[in-house]
Amino acid sequence: MKEKYLNDIKEIKEMMNKSSRFVSLSGPSGIVAGIIALIGAFAAHQLIFKETTILGFDRIFLSEEQLINLVLIGVVTLVTSILLIILLTTRETKKRNQPIWDQQTKRILINLAIPLFTGGFICLILLLQGFAGLLLPFTLVFYGLALVNVSKYTLHEMLSLGLIECFLGLLALVLIEYSLIIWSVGFGLVNIIYGFVVKTKYK
Amino acid sequence: MKELLNKLDKAFENRVRLGIMSALVVNDHLDFNALKDLLGVTDGNLASHLKSLEKSKYITYEKEFQDRKPNTKYFATQAGKVAFRNHINAIEQLLK
Repeated sequence: MKEKYLNDIKEIKEMMNKSSRFVSLSGPSGIVAGIIALIGAFAAHQLIFKETTILGFDRIFLSEEQLINLVLIGVVTLVTSILLIILLTTRETKKRNQPIWDQQTKRILINLAIPLFTGGFICLILLLQGFAGLLLPFTLVFYGLALVNVSKYTLHEMLSLGLIECFLGLLALVLIEYSLIIWSVGFGLVNIIYGFVVKTKYK
Repeated sequence: MKELLNKLDKAFENRVRLGIMSALVVNDHLDFNALKDLLGVTDGNLASHLKSLEKSKYITYEKEFQDRKPNTKYFATQAGKVAFRNHINAIEQLLK
């Protein structure tokens, strides 16, 4: 009798894991992405924010060197995170014998991409127009909105994560002098904590 | 013990129906083929279990065309989600 119910519970858990892609994507990926974000924030602080106070609503045109450095840090951080996430996910899905590219993956990627690309373009335009200070709050807000958007296709924890990121983004806009610290908390610390929570909850 | 057993939902007694519900509560929706792949059952078998869950109003569906082929998407209803949660709670009580 007990055996049957234990089996039922096992079956339910297995089916939930197998059917939702992000379970294999979120735990370790969140931790890795968080760590890379922290390194990126530190590099940006050392190279740019330390010498120039651009964290404000003033219009400041960065020197060409600073502009290149900032874009470079952004691109390198983003690309390394994505590559490592893809690597971790492929490994995990292989272990579970799932196809890496299916309806679910496609849906998640499209829903992530729409707010992320819109936000990315807005940030690029702001940067070129000299509003570099607004980049940190805006990237947080759009990241949060992208997560909220994708949460309906995956774990409901993603909704809380998205809302936290949105809130931190708005907070960073209000307390713009502290936006680098808030950004590090949002992209670094919160992602890492989220990764550990999901990892322990769904193991 | 008997009271607890009564709390178990008959609709989820079957392994396939339990699987369908588990997959639908963590996904916004899944189509017929995705469910078939997940559960590893035949078309007819899956269809009959889907029908019975529909009858209990635990799931609902939407038909649409993809490249001129019919495609059916299945959703868990609010009632279905509540019933499933209650069922899991009852199992957990029994296992205590």
